[in-house]
Amino acid sequence: MSGVLVVLEQRGGVWNRMSFEALAAGQQMAATLGTTCSAAVLGASVGALAQELAGKKLEKVFAVEHALVEPYTADAYVTVLEQLVKQAAPAFVLFPHTYQVRDFAPALATRFRQVLISDVIAIHADDAARGPVFVRQLLQGKLNADYRQASRGGPCFLSVQAGTFRADTVEGGTAPVEAVAAQLEAAQIRNKPGEPFRESAQTVDLSSAPVIVSVGRGIGEQENIPLVQELADALGAELAASRPICDNGWLPMERQVGSSGQTVSPKLYLAVGISGAIQHLVGMKGSKAVIAINKDENAPIFEVADFGVVGDMFEIVPELTKAVLAAKA
Amino acid sequence: MKIIVAIKQVPERDAQIRVAPESKWIEEDDLAYTINEPDAYALEEALQLKEKHGGEVIVLSAGPERVTSTLREALAKGADRAIHVEVEAGDLLGRDTLGIAAMLAEAIRAESPDLILTGLQSDDLGLGQTGVVLAELLGIPHATIIMQVEKTDSGLRVKRELEDGWFQHVEIPLPALLTIQSGGNKLRYATLMGIKKAKTKETATVAAVAATAQAITLERVYLPEKQKKTEMLTGTPAEIAAQLVEKLKFDVRVL
Repeated sequence: MSGVLVVLEQRGGVWNRMSFEALAAGQQMAATLGTTCSAAVLGASVGALAQELAGKKLEKVFAVEHALVEPYTADAYVTVLEQLVKQAAPAFVLFPHTYQVRDFAPALATRFRQVLISDVIAIHADDAARGPVFVRQLLQGKLNADYRQASRGGPCFLSVQAGTFRADTVEGGTAPVEAVAAQLEAAQIRNKPGEPFRESAQTVDLSSAPVIVSVGRGIGEQENIPLVQELADALGAELAASRPICDNGWLPMERQVGSSGQTVSPKLYLAVGISGAIQHLVGMKGSKAVIAINKDENAPIFEVADFGVVGDMFEIVPELTKAVLAAKA
Repeated sequence: MKIIVAIKQVPERDAQIRVAPESKWIEEDDLAYTINEPDAYALEEALQLKEKHGGEVIVLSAGPERVTSTLREALAKGADRAIHVEVEAGDLLGRDTLGIAAMLAEAIRAESPDLILTGLQSDDLGLGQTGVVLAELLGIPHATIIMQVEKTDSGLRVKRELEDGWFQHVEIPLPALLTIQSGGNKLRYATLMGIKKAKTKETATVAAVAATAQAITLERVYLPEKQKKTEMLTGTPAEIAAQLVEKLKFDVRVL
């Protein structure tokens, strides 16, 4: 049992954008541990994707093909990956922290009597004797926590958060491709998945907006939304929101920023009354500049803010709108 | 349909969090606790399914004595009965996801429910796995991050959230476990009548199975280091607004 195995995610021959971040994480962790990194791709037909991986610095590329792993089901993935992990016998199995991974990886880890260390934001692999420390966030990002595998009796499963490792740091090289024949029968798949769909045509493209004013729980009630809308209008900005605002129906879902909404990287992200839960931060931490206004000085949004204001948004936002309009006049 | 809703009691969102001595966990003594938000949506989904199709809703929570207040609230909202898996706070910390799920599975097996619902993740640890591991231990199918549930002749048809605004319908046979996403339904409040009725409803207390060796350990909790150097602006609202405009003009350059 040795080495790092990165399981990449693809759909219809297209990589999930987080796949190569996971690959970068695997390569870097393997380098620090002085061990090897391999990668695996699953699908009905993965020849081209496996060839792409063969051009990376990897010990081996596992091409796992089976007609029944598409469309995705947890049953198929757990069944096939259990066989792959037993065959490859890695010390670490690393995934991107995608919605799909959240659906099957905990069950896969259970098959090995292990627990997935999910949504990892940093890996400290320098203590070779005790094994790596994996850092995750707790309590909506208010605290960090160090996790470690308790005993090295089986593979350690982990998933890395979006944006933690950079896809463009993946090292090139050459690697042999090994085809893996997995045993899987239709009767083992209990769920019947339908085609992915979108609710309605996306009419707001937040990803191209240069300035975004975003509102969170701190707004209190729907009647207060115009307060931030006026600020957005004054700045010529798009109005966005964190999940709870859209859940309440105060703003349409298409204005949601975060892991279940849009990912944005504007010139300015002005967060009003947003505490900064992880699920929100992954959607906006690529912003060039972040200004945060929040009543709680310990709100995690301040950790990613360039400029911060601790105070009452109901007093500050109208003043700011006035000042912006005056500056533009 | 017999539905079990697995609920976690977590610190309130606005709670001031302090790291406990030795940095193994947080100070719990003066914390205010509440229902984990996604679990509140799981409860709501269960109550709506019962209203449409009949059956029974059982709420289940593991923890020290304090979790009975969260169970009582669930009973007041309309759950029929409650199961409290009694385990001390310190004991709970010594169980990883697999240990927690094994403890819940033990309490659930005797009930043989048609459906188990739980929130997709907890607001405190946020590992987002207890539901999936529980399904695996019970040998039943699962679906995660669910927004809507419809009953069909052969089981359920659920709407599963995917990334970037995409969704998917999945058909799943019963018995099954679903992890529920926030926002799929509007949460109800307990009525006065509900609160009164809750007093007559049964809460069964069961002992937790003994803890086993953990697969992973939480070694240390600490305040995160700032990723950026944040310049904090202070003053009256008007002074703050003036400073922000300066920043917008000369630093951020959007004005």
